[in-house]
Amino acid sequence: MLENKPTLMQGNEAMARGMVENGCVVAASYPGTPASEILSSIETWGKTEGVTMHVEWAVNEKVAFEIAYAASQSGLRAVTAMKQVGLNVASDPLMSAAYLGTVGGFVIISADDPGPHSSQTEQDSRLMAMQAKLPVLDPSSPSEARELVGCALRMSEEFELPVMLRPTTRVCHACQDITPVPVQHLERKAVFCKDPQRWAATPKFRYELHVELNRKLSRIAAYAPTAPRRLNPSTMSRRAVVASGVSAAHASEVVSISGLQDAFVFYQILQPYPLHSDFVEEIRTAYDEVLVLEETTGVIEMQLRDFLRVQGKLSGAVPEAGELLPEMIERILCEFAGRAVADLSEAAPVGGRRPTLCPGCPHRASFYAIKKAAPQGIYPSDIGCYTLGVNLGAVDTVLCMGAAIGQAAGFYQAYRVSGQQRDIVATVGDSTFFHAGIPPLIDAVVQGARFVLVILDNTTTAMTGNQPTPAQGTPSGKAVDIASVVAGCGVEFCRSADPLDLPAFTSLIKEALAFSCKQGVAVVIAKSPCLVDKRIRHAKRPQPLVDSTCTGCKQCTDQFECPALVFDEVSRKVMVDIMNCSGCGVCLDVCPLKAIKLGEGQP
Amino acid sequence: MISQQLLISGVGGQGILFISRLLAETSIAKGLPVITSETHGMAQRGGIVISHLKVGDFSSPLVRPGQADGLIALKSGNVALHRSFLRSCGWIAANVSEPFPVSGELEMTTIDADAIALKLGNPQAVNLVVLGRALSTGSLFCTTEEVTMTLIHKLQEKPALLERALTALNAGTTDCPRS
Ligand code: SF4
Ligand code: SF4
Repeated sequence: MLENKPTLMQGNEAMARGMVENGCVVAASYPGTPASEILSSIETWGKTEGVTMHVEWAVNEKVAFEIAYAASQSGLRAVTAMKQVGLNVASDPLMSAAYLGTVGGFVIISADDPGPHSSQTEQDSRLMAMQAKLPVLDPSSPSEARELVGCALRMSEEFELPVMLRPTTRVCHACQDITPVPVQHLERKAVFCKDPQRWAATPKFRYELHVELNRKLSRIAAYAPTAPRRLNPSTMSRRAVVASGVSAAHASEVVSISGLQDAFVFYQILQPYPLHSDFVEEIRTAYDEVLVLEETTGVIEMQLRDFLRVQGKLSGAVPEAGELLPEMIERILCEFAGRAVADLSEAAPVGGRRPTLCPGCPHRASFYAIKKAAPQGIYPSDIGCYTLGVNLGAVDTVLCMGAAIGQAAGFYQAYRVSGQQRDIVATVGDSTFFHAGIPPLIDAVVQGARFVLVILDNTTTAMTGNQPTPAQGTPSGKAVDIASVVAGCGVEFCRSADPLDLPAFTSLIKEALAFSCKQGVAVVIAKSPCLVDKRIRHAKRPQPLVDSTCTGCKQCTDQFECPALVFDEVSRKVMVDIMNCSGCGVCLDVCPLKAIKLGEGQP
Repeated sequence: MISQQLLISGVGGQGILFISRLLAETSIAKGLPVITSETHGMAQRGGIVISHLKVGDFSSPLVRPGQADGLIALKSGNVALHRSFLRSCGWIAANVSEPFPVSGELEMTTIDADAIALKLGNPQAVNLVVLGRALSTGSLFCTTEEVTMTLIHKLQEKPALLERALTALNAGTTDCPRS
């Protein structure tokens, strides 16, 4: 129905389209920016095209990987998609699956986030591919990403091993006109052929599998469809520029706009690992000077193994951290070509408003209550919208998914061994709790740690676009209730309440603290829906008004920080921004003077 | 071939993505290649959100500083923040309650879109009001009629939403004096 007509597709939609077009029927993922839209788009394309698929939001990336991998072991085409730090979670099956190999085409999409824009690290998934000894493809645009999906699936079947596709934020979240092609209905049936020597290999056979993997890699280093592309074939020069990913897209535009076509030979690398052996040889013999442009680590540069002639990240010619922006590439290319660097305009600005929780977000109320109940507490927290509680002074640590709980227990033990006790209130989101919070909670109970854990339960994965959590269940499965999981972990104090009722919620946290000081872990489930979750109908609530008794003490703007409360420099009083206020009513309880009152029911 | 580089900036929740995709789809409808870059994730929570939109023969999804033809700003503060992306004779269309001067040869048109959207009883529609204003200057690669066609195509299954969207777009196009 969509065939042959250019359609606007986001990079993530384009990769999803590629998956469906190439007969992929199992897809599993855990949401994470910039990869979140891949799975939902696979589901949408699958439905539009009438393909029977299993598409799931798994509880975490490791499980997602295993679900998709088993489909490949059964001969079907499958994909797992995640962000780069999600691949850390899935790294255990990743390393092993490289040895065991695949039957049906199996692609791992791991989206990197140079910048970083929405991540804890700028790690380069291509290094993970190297570590696992798996080939990795590096698309420069949404349309190329779609093409490489098909290529990766075919490669995976030809060489019987998983193939990684590594887009970056600027590919995932770029949109482009793309013409869909018809879907291949492969009509394969799942057939798992028992072969314990391979699928359950013991260390002795693992050695042989490793030798076999090395053989596959050397063949892949000569695989024609993914060989480097020479973009200006008629240019003769002893200088070469080698670029991959979106850096190649930036560079190619700079080259044509700034007239650098004849200044150097320009190659685009599609497969940064393993680098094609002929190409490595050519670089070694045909050029005196080579510049490598890639994100985020010098993976290609490293494999060129010649630090005298090759410049890049490792040599210091290209910044080793941060996004490689087109204006930087322009400067680096001009310098490399020996051209005067054009008088470039000032760098792109930074600054402006910092991100903050939505006006009326229930997390803000939870954090405010936690600060009230345990003003001297340590507040370990976690990954999600609520990380923004750092603005409120209610988030002291953010390490990785689920770490709030492990760290809370760790802080308790660190103080205990030195003969001290502190109030510790950890916060974790509902989705993050399911993802990585259960093992550390069991550990805390078993080790007798004492702290309060507030599970911020807004029944969704908000930050990444409101994906479901296990607490919602699926059409074919059952919902898993958070309180039962908590009880099952052995926690004896577990109570739920709505944080928007600030006074009652604050007393509940105090009660939990009293319990935790004497007896062990206490869990409070803060239950209140996310405001931007479209599945939930939010009642229109009246917006409050600030009356003349406001003294401008700024308690509500500084300590509570609702973006809809604005301090007016002229009147030196606070006003409610009616463009922004959601009418949650929590500020009524925040103002110490009760100067914020319920207004007349305007929408 | 027509070639235009645009920036659309505002804060999370203002519907920046919606209007940048609307323009990108209009570009495709006109048979022009397009590439954009969007902001997602953490920044969407009330932080600065910016879309880059390049119509014509481009391979990079990002606009370099000093290269943009136009800036559509849904928050007045973003004019200062993002004007360095503009080329020396670029234009700005901004949501501003009290107009302020910009230095240099930049051409600026303004509209008090917050007030208009409130008056329409549709505070979510600031994005379309400002887009309407930008279209009315004639500096964009497409016309109000072309964008209207895309809107109709996009929202054909949601007539109520479509009507509100068209009202907002038209309010931006007509509801104010040219400056
Ligand atoms: S998206 Fe939901 S959870 Fe996130 S800040 Fe907004 S209301 Fe809170
Ligand atoms: S009611 Fe108060 S706290 Fe809630 S969104 Fe409005 S101003 Fe913010």
